[in-house]
Amino acid sequence: MKCLFEIREAGVRYGSADVLSNASLKLYESEFVAIAGPNGAGKSTLLSLIAGLAKPTFGQCLFEGHPAHGWNRREFARRVAVVLQTEPTAFPFTVSDVVAMGRMPHATGLYENGKDTVAIAEALCAVEMERFRHRDFRTLSSGEKQRVLLAAALAQEPQVLLLDEPSSHLDLEHQLSLHRRLRELSGKGLLVVSVTHDLNLAAAYAERIVLLKEGTIRADGPPSEVLSADLLEAVFHVHVKVHQRASGQPWMLYGE
Amino acid sequence: MESETLGVPRVSHGSALAFCFLMLVVATLAGIAFGSRTLNFVSAMQGLSPDHEILVELRVPRTLLALWTGGSLALAGVLFQALLRNALATPYTLGVSGGASLGAVLAIVFGWTAFAGLSAVSLAACIGAGAVLILNVVLASNRGRLSSLSLLLAGITINSICGAAILFLSSLVGLLKSFAVTRWLMGGIDAPDYSTLIWLTAVLAPVCAVVFRYSREWNLLSVGETWAAARGVSTSKMLLVGCLAGSILTGAVTALTGPIAFVGLIVPHALRMWLGADHRILIPCSFLLGAAFVALCDVFSRTILAPVEIPVGVITSLLGGPFFIWMLSSRRGGVS
Repeated sequence: MKCLFEIREAGVRYGSADVLSNASLKLYESEFVAIAGPNGAGKSTLLSLIAGLAKPTFGQCLFEGHPAHGWNRREFARRVAVVLQTEPTAFPFTVSDVVAMGRMPHATGLYENGKDTVAIAEALCAVEMERFRHRDFRTLSSGEKQRVLLAAALAQEPQVLLLDEPSSHLDLEHQLSLHRRLRELSGKGLLVVSVTHDLNLAAAYAERIVLLKEGTIRADGPPSEVLSADLLEAVFHVHVKVHQRASGQPWMLYGE
Repeated sequence: MESETLGVPRVSHGSALAFCFLMLVVATLAGIAFGSRTLNFVSAMQGLSPDHEILVELRVPRTLLALWTGGSLALAGVLFQALLRNALATPYTLGVSGGASLGAVLAIVFGWTAFAGLSAVSLAACIGAGAVLILNVVLASNRGRLSSLSLLLAGITINSICGAAILFLSSLVGLLKSFAVTRWLMGGIDAPDYSTLIWLTAVLAPVCAVVFRYSREWNLLSVGETWAAARGVSTSKMLLVGCLAGSILTGAVTALTGPIAFVGLIVPHALRMWLGADHRILIPCSFLLGAAFVALCDVFSRTILAPVEIPVGVITSLLGGPFFIWMLSSRRGGVS
């Protein structure tokens, strides 16, 4: 497996607050990694660091050997797609306009070429939103918006897909189909990194879970190792009962 | 159900462009044909006085200036709205018109006369616009990076300082100069020299081309700076390019005509409702329709109360305002 990201003792400080400290992590191609942890644990900050959108205050975040934030943005965007939480827009872009923006790093001119058109159509199809392509993006439901934003990232044809809570607004069916698709993508060689609050989905689909608390990495490993009742109670302050599926993956019940 | 498509496809780019171009042709012909005096085209073509002079020295250059003014302001409007991610931004939001006006008012108040064959008022307005632009970029940059929020804050602040300085200056001078100041601030189009028009074209045409060239970048920036940066756009560089381009467009025409309200707001807004937000079509159509709108308003300004001329800035607001309200209210109940 080729190592794509190497994060060495990285930290991010906003003002006087360390939102992430001393994080060390290696991310490989063909991996599906879930990042979990309570609010304010530094999950989104870690994702921005990997996405090259935040500069580490301490340490390093290397993508293919070079600092992620120092990459030429266009070259980086051809390899790494990032979906942050819903992007509000003041303007009446259609669903296909939004997905077409994913082709920007590959743009050769002012208009999309044949390859772009195919990629856009396939991406819309993949999230089952092709019927909505002429709709004003702003009129969609939160879940539909999330699917369109994912399509924009897929249209980017990246090697790395970074997602911040990609299923927070999705219905049950689409939560499962999204995660199934993410696993398929990682099977095809993509590195998929997803920030999530849904530990059961992470346990069922991700191969690796990085658990954060108060800006530090508390655990990093396969779901069966990371998702232990003791650790989860210490990190999330809730009672957790861990069961096991027939397939061996853990599934959890939470309570107070 | 699977084949059903939700939402209607928008008008094709070709037909939208054709419509806007047709409006431009109509407005240009109207601008040349109508005025405070009926023009005899046959004698004008034969070179007979005074029709020939009216056509060549008044109507044509004035219409050309009106076209450049409307086109540039509508284009600057679209651009600033995208950069500031706010449909209510105008070419004047970044303070350029404030600077231009302050320059012009200084020239009027101190009675500066022509300099090297150029109107002192226009020259001073250009310098004012340029000074504000530089000040704005300097104030808004933080360690070499620009953000749209800081541009907006700097622009609004500079605008109000310039406004206060103008009021202060005009309160100091006599009635005559005070009237000249007010008249300039109303915005009006006078027939310029051809040399002025050539200069204007040389400055504006390349800027318009640059603005159009980066239409895809404006699309992404109008969604968000992080959104654009994550898709390979150099956001700080493009904000600077956009800010420079919009300020040059606004400053150059404002120096010649004074501030003309509403074009930069209403034309992009109407087109966005009709065509959507893709700048690749919004930009050329805004230019064409903005040009047509101001050229037509200028025809009204010189014919309604002929031989008295109403300042074109007054017409754009008087015609544009009610139209804008009608347009907004006719969409009520739908999604704006």
